[in-house]
Amino acid sequence: MTLPTQTYTITRADLVRYAQASGDHNPIHQDESVALSVGLPGVIAHGMFTMALAARAVTTWFPDAEVLSFGCKFTNPVVVPADRGVDVEVAGEVKPGDDGLTTVVLTVTCGGLKVLGMPRAVVRA
Amino acid sequence: MDQTLIGRVFPATKPYSVSEEKVREFVTATGGTYDGGAAPATFPIVLAFDAMNAFLEAESIDLFRIVHGEQKFSYQRPVRPGDVLIATLSVASLRQIGGNDIIGTTSEITDEAGALVCATSATLVHRAAAE
Repeated sequence: MTLPTQTYTITRADLVRYAQASGDHNPIHQDESVALSVGLPGVIAHGMFTMALAARAVTTWFPDAEVLSFGCKFTNPVVVPADRGVDVEVAGEVKPGDDGLTTVVLTVTCGGLKVLGMPRAVVRA
Repeated sequence: MDQTLIGRVFPATKPYSVSEEKVREFVTATGGTYDGGAAPATFPIVLAFDAMNAFLEAESIDLFRIVHGEQKFSYQRPVRPGDVLIATLSVASLRQIGGNDIIGTTSEITDEAGALVCATSATLVHRAAAE
């Protein structure tokens, strides 16, 4: 079963708020010059911010479910420009298991490019 | 970084009291609304990140050279306001690809009774300085 795709916009201001809320003050998520100095294409979103958006989609799809596991790789950076937001799309497919658990196979893209590798959550719906 | 790091267990983080305020701040920062109850699935990163920072400091690794490669959470139960949690980080693997160190870590997040709440593994990519 295909779940309704969720679209979220990420801005630099979101990254500042997320840094404060999570404690992750890595300057590659705030400061263009630091990001460029370590070979990144620009300021990038925290991978965990993108993963949190993916988790938000799972909660939207399964509001009362307990999440048993959740994981992904960070395969491509989400570059966040200084002057505008960037959209991240979270799509999901449901794979029911015979153990009463549901696996949610996610596809998380930015500009058509997958930014998370193998994102999946197992929930008890 | 040398291979003797593998298997090293670092000191547990200071106890962290999960408050409704912190959970709400986290939910709001990720665009959601919080009406009480369990924290979102990625909230335990707050503890895991604290443990990672202590590890980086102990090993004199610059945070700005770290890029996140992978993160997995396995939950025994949801985190809730009122929980007092600690994280204990250990180094699971270490390899080098293209001059970058790929560090595999595992953090176990436990409650006051010592029960495991969440086990989380992270792959950290330590980007080498430019030539």
